[in-house]
Amino acid sequence: MAKSQTESNSLWADAWRRLKKNRMATICGWICVFMVVFAVVGPWILKLFFDLDPVGMDRDALADAPSWRHWAGTDPLGRDMLARIMEGGRWALAAGVSATMVALVIGVLWGAISAYVGGKTDEIMMRIVDVLYAFPTIVFVIVIMAVIDTKNIIVLFALIGMISWLNMARIVRGQVLSLRNQEFVEASKSLGASTWRILIKHIVPNTLGPVIVYATLSLPSVMLREAFLSFLGLGVQAPRASWGTLVTEGASQILVSPWTLIGPGLAMGIMIFAMNFLGDGLRDALDPKQRK
Amino acid sequence: MIRLFLSRLLGGMFVVLLVATFSHFMLRLAPGGPFDQDKPLPPLIKKNLEKAYGFDKPPWEQYLHHMKQLVPNPSNDFRPYLGYSVIQKRSVTDIVKSGFPVSFKLGFAAIGFACFFGIGLGVLAASRQNTFFDHGAMSLALLGISIPSFVLAPLLILLFGIKLAWFPVARLEGLSGLVLPSLTLGLIYMGVIARLSRSGMLETLKMDYIRTAHAKGLAHWRVVWKHAIRIGLMPVVTYLGPAFATIITGSFVVEKIFQIPGLGFYFVQSVSTRDYDLLTGLLVVYALFMVAANFLVDMAYGFLDPRIREG
Repeated sequence: MAKSQTESNSLWADAWRRLKKNRMATICGWICVFMVVFAVVGPWILKLFFDLDPVGMDRDALADAPSWRHWAGTDPLGRDMLARIMEGGRWALAAGVSATMVALVIGVLWGAISAYVGGKTDEIMMRIVDVLYAFPTIVFVIVIMAVIDTKNIIVLFALIGMISWLNMARIVRGQVLSLRNQEFVEASKSLGASTWRILIKHIVPNTLGPVIVYATLSLPSVMLREAFLSFLGLGVQAPRASWGTLVTEGASQILVSPWTLIGPGLAMGIMIFAMNFLGDGLRDALDPKQRK
Repeated sequence: MIRLFLSRLLGGMFVVLLVATFSHFMLRLAPGGPFDQDKPLPPLIKKNLEKAYGFDKPPWEQYLHHMKQLVPNPSNDFRPYLGYSVIQKRSVTDIVKSGFPVSFKLGFAAIGFACFFGIGLGVLAASRQNTFFDHGAMSLALLGISIPSFVLAPLLILLFGIKLAWFPVARLEGLSGLVLPSLTLGLIYMGVIARLSRSGMLETLKMDYIRTAHAKGLAHWRVVWKHAIRIGLMPVVTYLGPAFATIITGSFVVEKIFQIPGLGFYFVQSVSTRDYDLLTGLLVVYALFMVAANFLVDMAYGFLDPRIREG
């Protein structure tokens, strides 16, 4: 018992060590931390020290280029872009985290149940995933948003999560299926281990790695999806503004004030790039096949 | 094999039917209809219009009528009819016929660009693993995935279309008009393909037959580009099927920004105008392509991997 305890600890310790050795992934991890602080704490600091907020209009600076007073410029209504970008980060992150959580819960449950029960149930559940795959998911959200006729932001986040769990379900199912038939599970079975013990000791710890990796990787793609919906005018609505909303606004003013596109676009690009890189690093670190 | 073939074929048809059904009823449930405009029509005219197009009947009756047209059967001479767009005043088949070549041309250019640079970057990166080139190429690929097209497209238009005036803006004429949209559309696919081909190649390069080829004294580039590439690019082939189906049936963002009259352009329009038949028709076309692509990939798998063929 004690021995298996140290073994399962060393898997994570090993992964952590490998991740720290990957310099780019570490840097990207810190960038992610910085961006989260930037979005969550930033607006307060800006308000406290510079008296800037995302809705206050500076009538002397309409659509001004970045300056000493407004570091990221202002939009045509004289609102400070830095404050808006920070505020937009909050909504983008909120969308990303909550939608990923929804996708995680549905995906893991769906995939695991499908693989465990097997047979007809598995066939039907995976066929449903196939059907949803062939569906342009964006229409799902557009039509459902229209049917329930709401601008409620929580509904939006939940819907984005509900169209983002398909890959997770497939990954978990594949993982569980391949684990179920592997030698070490068979060995454990032949030693008389109960189904529960096999599940808890062998299967769950081995799916956890890919699940964490995939959750990290799906966060940026979910954020992109929210931005895409905002681009179509269906995402986060005014007076709230996510990065997607800001980018869309900026794109329409690009000839007059390109910084209103470049600022939020840069923030979004950096966050997504860093999250993707971190996810890659995590995958390399957690991949048990790489262990020697 | 025949069993797998048949089950996949039936499954695919079921998927298409389900997509049509879902889209039909969801649209009828959604508030507003194709005749609700900014300036409301007189109630009598609206009622007559709805009657003329049969929108006044209960949804399930409309559905039966719709399906009778869509599913090949004796009453429509086995010719599927996609319906009529009351907004565009054309048959949906007509719209698909005019929009598809445009989307196809754009998608083909985008996927060509994505394959050429994606595979090139990925294979070169794998053959020089952990060098500066490898890290550079993979960062580039990730950058392609991380920049949303609606950020990139306006910037490209501003720089190359307006400031430098190298390419026309919002005009699809000849090859030069295709450069910016296909670049924008293809960049994300390039990133994914580069990453897939790198990881596929890395795994292949560890195999025994590659060591044999090296032992025979073949040049490194020859081993990589002649021997390893066939197996190493398998994941890319798997990805390309569905990706191709998606990309040639139109892109919402790129077609909207560059004002290209492809299927994606009509798609966005049909959603906001509640153009019942057009939206359902486009969805059916999309689902057909998607199902066909997945079907081909499944069949290719079956031929290549005996374990799947038997299981």
